[in-house]
Amino acid sequence: MSAPVTLVTSPANSDRSDSPDHSRLGSKQHSDGGWGLVPVQVRSARFSSFEVDDFETVTGQELEWKHTPVAKLTPLTAGELDGSPLPIEAQEVDGARVEWIDRDDSRIGRAGKPEERASANAWSSFEKALSITVTGEEPVEVLVNRAGLGDAPRAAHTVIIAEHHSRGTVVLQNSGRALLSENVEIVLEEGAQLTVVTVQEWADDAIHLASHFSEVGRDARLKHVVVSLGGSVVRINPSTHLSSEGGDVELFGVYFADTGQHLEQQIFVNHDAPNTKSRVSYKGALQGVGAHTVWVGDVLIRPTAAGTDSYEQNRNLLLTDGTRADSVPNLEIETGDIAGAGHASASGRFDDEQLFYLQARGISEEDARRLVVRGFLSEIVQKIGSPALEARLQDAIEAELLVGEVGR
Amino acid sequence: MSVLEVKDLRVSVETEQGTKEILKGVDLVVNEGEIHAIMGPNGSGKSTLAYTIAGHPKYHVDGGSITLDGENLLAMTVDARARAGLFLAMQYPVEIPGVAVTNFLRTAKTAIDGVQPSIRTWGKEVTEAMKNLRMDSSFKDRNVNEGFSGGEKKRHEILQLELLKPKFAVLDETDSGLDVDALKIVAEGVNRAKENTGLGLLLITHYTRILRYITPDFVHVFVDGRVAEQGGPELADRLENEGYDRFLADAASPSQA
Repeated sequence: MSAPVTLVTSPANSDRSDSPDHSRLGSKQHSDGGWGLVPVQVRSARFSSFEVDDFETVTGQELEWKHTPVAKLTPLTAGELDGSPLPIEAQEVDGARVEWIDRDDSRIGRAGKPEERASANAWSSFEKALSITVTGEEPVEVLVNRAGLGDAPRAAHTVIIAEHHSRGTVVLQNSGRALLSENVEIVLEEGAQLTVVTVQEWADDAIHLASHFSEVGRDARLKHVVVSLGGSVVRINPSTHLSSEGGDVELFGVYFADTGQHLEQQIFVNHDAPNTKSRVSYKGALQGVGAHTVWVGDVLIRPTAAGTDSYEQNRNLLLTDGTRADSVPNLEIETGDIAGAGHASASGRFDDEQLFYLQARGISEEDARRLVVRGFLSEIVQKIGSPALEARLQDAIEAELLVGEVGR
Repeated sequence: MSVLEVKDLRVSVETEQGTKEILKGVDLVVNEGEIHAIMGPNGSGKSTLAYTIAGHPKYHVDGGSITLDGENLLAMTVDARARAGLFLAMQYPVEIPGVAVTNFLRTAKTAIDGVQPSIRTWGKEVTEAMKNLRMDSSFKDRNVNEGFSGGEKKRHEILQLELLKPKFAVLDETDSGLDVDALKIVAEGVNRAKENTGLGLLLITHYTRILRYITPDFVHVFVDGRVAEQGGPELADRLENEGYDRFLADAASPSQA
């Protein structure tokens, strides 16, 4: 069931004696069957609770924490969190409402229930939740700017609701300093079409843990995009529940890890109704010693989900030595009656033939590398569907490439 | 007048069975405005010559020289060779996901010329060149070679040849896998490029088919890493009728070694 894939480029992690030597490897396809490093634990049986004290102290041995540098996260997993409303900026637009709501509001708890301690800690601590409701059938875009949350440990809760047959895009734009654990609940009512984009351009020392829970109604379509570029430890875990017939989710992600950065995403797609569809595609680039990315993709197809059509993939481009990409696709299928279910994972270095082709057209090696990486990542950016945001993110990726002097 | 000169070129590659010598002393002089056809059976070293001239890292030069107007090409990086005026049309062009043709062409043109092409004329030039090669205008928004048919890939190579205007071009089996209509279109493009810029051409091919549409000035027959015979266009006709059998018999004979 589990197929862990790890690609390590020397010299980082040289203490891992069980790591095969990939130093001369062009590309590593994942192999099914697993290496037996962890006991199999099915996603359908995972514990969940709203109460932080229901979870044991985090040690780093747990399945959901085993890839994460937990020592840096103690303030968020074990400490007290400031649950006052975040200093945010959001414009009110026609066709959407933005407001702060109390803990006992009925809109809270419709989509999520924490599955690990940092998430439960945030849930136990927040005082008010930010509520964003998309109401109109004409597409709207709501931008929530969260800049400079400071370095005190904080909790946050956000509820995004797309009312029936509404259409809209909600962008959570993050920058500046932060030490944040948060939950984001996303509810799509019947026939709604919603895009949620969370952009992490945090300062170098920021730590951000987020659990996104979505509940996808009948014939509703969710596009969820995670863009992680800045921050010390950033972990965004999107979980989607396809609970009604005809629900459709596209989960995209793009990340670029530099020296010392840990960027992680654990995806869960829960097919729980007939004729539901999911597509998951995450692409990442890594450069510099200690750059570490983690992608875990759990897809569960329940007996209730006949006719499911599902595909997930993760691709990583390792630009320098000293980087590490963990990529773990998992598929649990509990019904034989599905339209399709597939997964793919590949992590590798530059394709030398691509470089040769571009260089043979006069393009310098440095520019050729930049072109290839930009192209590799922009495939995801192009899917956001918001031209202004796409253009801005392309520029941000470009800036990452220039900072790192790719391949040098 | 420009000249591409290959002298006593010896090239090997690393294989799982060890080092394998492929080119065993090749001499060739291509002047500006000349068309040279390099013909030969599979495995004779034709493509190795093409990729060695372009500078592919897989091929190790053990001896000899390649010069362009007296400049040592072997000392140059792949991109420096292209900027010096060399072009290789590849047999199997690779896909570059996420990089649109239009962006790629502008980037390459800028690299070759050292300055951005004029905004006013460049767009027109690309449109015109694409029209000549019967390429749909939507083509420029697609990603480089991604999902291209065999014919589209070859036309895209010739499009670059026409737009980048090299002094010398090596066409590596550009005719392979093309139906007769596509072959004619591609051949027209090559002839047009030669007419417009007077470049020198090294046409590498297994078959004589393309030589019906592009007339070579010289024909060289490659066998076992050497030029076994050379002559004018009449040699191609002879090969059309006789095939490579007589050369292969010669190569197998120890007295030729």
